[in-house]
Amino acid sequence: MSGGTSRERILGRVRRALADVPREERPEDHPVVRDYLRVHGERSPAETLDLLAGNLADYRALVHRVDAAGLPALLARLLAERGAHRVLAPAGLPRGWLRDARVDVLSDTPALTARELDVVDSVVTGCALAIAETGTLVLDAGPGQGRRALTLVPDHHLCVVRTADQVVDSVPQALERLAPVAARPLTWVSGPSATSDIELDRVEGVHGPRTLEVLLVAGDPRPV
Amino acid sequence: MSRDGSDVPRGGGATYLGMPAFPRAADFPRAADTATRDGRLRANLRHATHTIRAKRARAVAELDDWARLREAGAAIKDRTLRHLDHHLVRLEEAVTRAGGTVHWAADAAEANRIVTDLVRATGEREVVKVKSMATQEIGLNEALAESGIRAYETDLAELIVQLGDDLPSHILVPAIHRDRGEIRDIFRDRMASWGRPAPEGLTDRPAELAEAARQHLREKFLRAKVGVSGANFMVAETGTLVVVESEGNGRMCLTLPETLISVVGIEKTVPTWRDLEVFLQLLPRSSTAERMNPYTSMWTGTTDGDGPRVFHLVLLDNGRTDTLADQVGRQALRCIRCSACLNVCPVYERAGGHAYGSPYPGPIGAILTPQLRGLASPLEESLPYASSLCGACFEVCPVAIDIPEVLVHLRERVAEGGEVTVRGTRTVIRPAKRHATERAAMRAARWAFDHPDALRRGQRILSRTRRLQPRRLPGPGRAWTDSRELPAVPAESFRDWWARTRGGTS
Repeated sequence: MSGGTSRERILGRVRRALADVPREERPEDHPVVRDYLRVHGERSPAETLDLLAGNLADYRALVHRVDAAGLPALLARLLAERGAHRVLAPAGLPRGWLRDARVDVLSDTPALTARELDVVDSVVTGCALAIAETGTLVLDAGPGQGRRALTLVPDHHLCVVRTADQVVDSVPQALERLAPVAARPLTWVSGPSATSDIELDRVEGVHGPRTLEVLLVAGDPRPV
Repeated sequence: MSRDGSDVPRGGGATYLGMPAFPRAADFPRAADTATRDGRLRANLRHATHTIRAKRARAVAELDDWARLREAGAAIKDRTLRHLDHHLVRLEEAVTRAGGTVHWAADAAEANRIVTDLVRATGEREVVKVKSMATQEIGLNEALAESGIRAYETDLAELIVQLGDDLPSHILVPAIHRDRGEIRDIFRDRMASWGRPAPEGLTDRPAELAEAARQHLREKFLRAKVGVSGANFMVAETGTLVVVESEGNGRMCLTLPETLISVVGIEKTVPTWRDLEVFLQLLPRSSTAERMNPYTSMWTGTTDGDGPRVFHLVLLDNGRTDTLADQVGRQALRCIRCSACLNVCPVYERAGGHAYGSPYPGPIGAILTPQLRGLASPLEESLPYASSLCGACFEVCPVAIDIPEVLVHLRERVAEGGEVTVRGTRTVIRPAKRHATERAAMRAARWAFDHPDALRRGQRILSRTRRLQPRRLPGPGRAWTDSRELPAVPAESFRDWWARTRGGTS
């Protein structure tokens, strides 16, 4: 802790600046009307899933749909097509998911260095939830997701979404569901890395994974 | 140090001072005069602002409740600002509880000193940076350089600006004034002296330019021990910081280093976790015109085995409390730095960002800079006039900042003087010098309208001499006619015409 006097000086300036705020007003008194929508539009679960897939694809994620039983074969095919040899599996990723893949499966225990991560071909993870209206995946460092660097340094990220219970409609629903894990490091991912810095035109692929593949899995893939 | 230059340097010799962080233009009209003559700059700006403007309109139209989200965003910011002391103390407690260390910086010099000392304590001589308006505002890179610490900008546009020895000209897209050909040239000529050179035969295709940046920066990310960032939001309730970005350079800087130092303006606080549900809808659609930006990072203090082991948060005042003291002007502190107001502004589109003489260009800069710095020089005094008051900025602002209202309020302060707060102390400022002619003209007009005979005599003299009158005013009035036609004086005044004809009936 430094600048103890600056702390008091700044807080004192704030209080003097707010001399017009009535003394009896409490922090929550100023009205905030939350009449905005919790969900935009009415959709069946199937339509929500279509919206998620459409929005993910709109921002250049590659979207695949599969049932739980077909997941290992699909992962094996996607990794083979990519030519991936060294594939990272975070702690807690169901072991069966990669049983068909003819790759070296790396674990993050003990933790890999950034340079070791840099020579990984692909990383396979689950997620905490996915937001249909924005085409967003949220990772919360839970089981099967790992620490943040794992989905950042490798150039190819395969992310498995359980459609039965991990898809929400909207940003407000997502934040509500994430509130209990707010203290964990969270990463929201909407499509592969991109930039608008050159003439304000979007270009995919800068520092994060340049290829993002999303596997929307029906049924419960955990016991696989 | 170019404090005296009447022109904002582009492409060479750009230097910053601790405060002000930007080399000062003499004033906005003079700087804009140079920029508006630069055909390439105007073409680049026009293309970029029109592209993003149309995209934003589509992204916003997708949400039926945009107006209600906007009202909620404004209300949450107002609620926060009205009890900012309370929320800052809560934030400090939450961050500290989560393993972070909180520092308070009253001004730019103090913030720079804190960050420099923290970096020195790690023994490192270089840092990687996430794009941050606050660190530009305080001139952190230059302060670090004076202590022998090299700061690497890692956002693509910031990289273009840094390699080109240039200045940022847009909040979201700091290199908006550069087109792809210029960017290719900068990469080809300059990358080698900062690290990995540009690939042979680099073309101006955006995807290739992005690839060159990826390769150039990867080595820096992998070896970085200290990261420096700002933040888009700080949640007082949980102590969570939020950084919204596109490229992944932010994630690199926030995740790979051992030490993370975040410099954040005190007004970036929101009270509760739930409040993010409003801003994470408003910000991406207003800034990059996306449903959601590619990456958003949220972290709370430190986490064992994930990301930096040491986290420092530097809370920055640097004129924010002075702004807060102005009951009309304080709404500028709602700003979430989306840059929608720049992209719709007819003045920004023509003058470009450098003319505003600060990291905050465009309409928001025209109200933020004079308040953060005070009406300290002709530059700040000229900024409230850098607008046609068309109101397009207010219309697109996702937190409903009535920029025209604040502009007019600040113009009154410039022309009439009055009470302001400077570094926490209330003072009365005198009217700005250059408005003396305007005030004299207004006083003369008031006297003339109070004395009808004198007015009549004056009007007749003007009518009789009208063929001798110049098209431009002489002396101090000359600037006014630089961009305006002097109205022609009629052969006969209305009152003489009325007295002669009774309104045309006789």
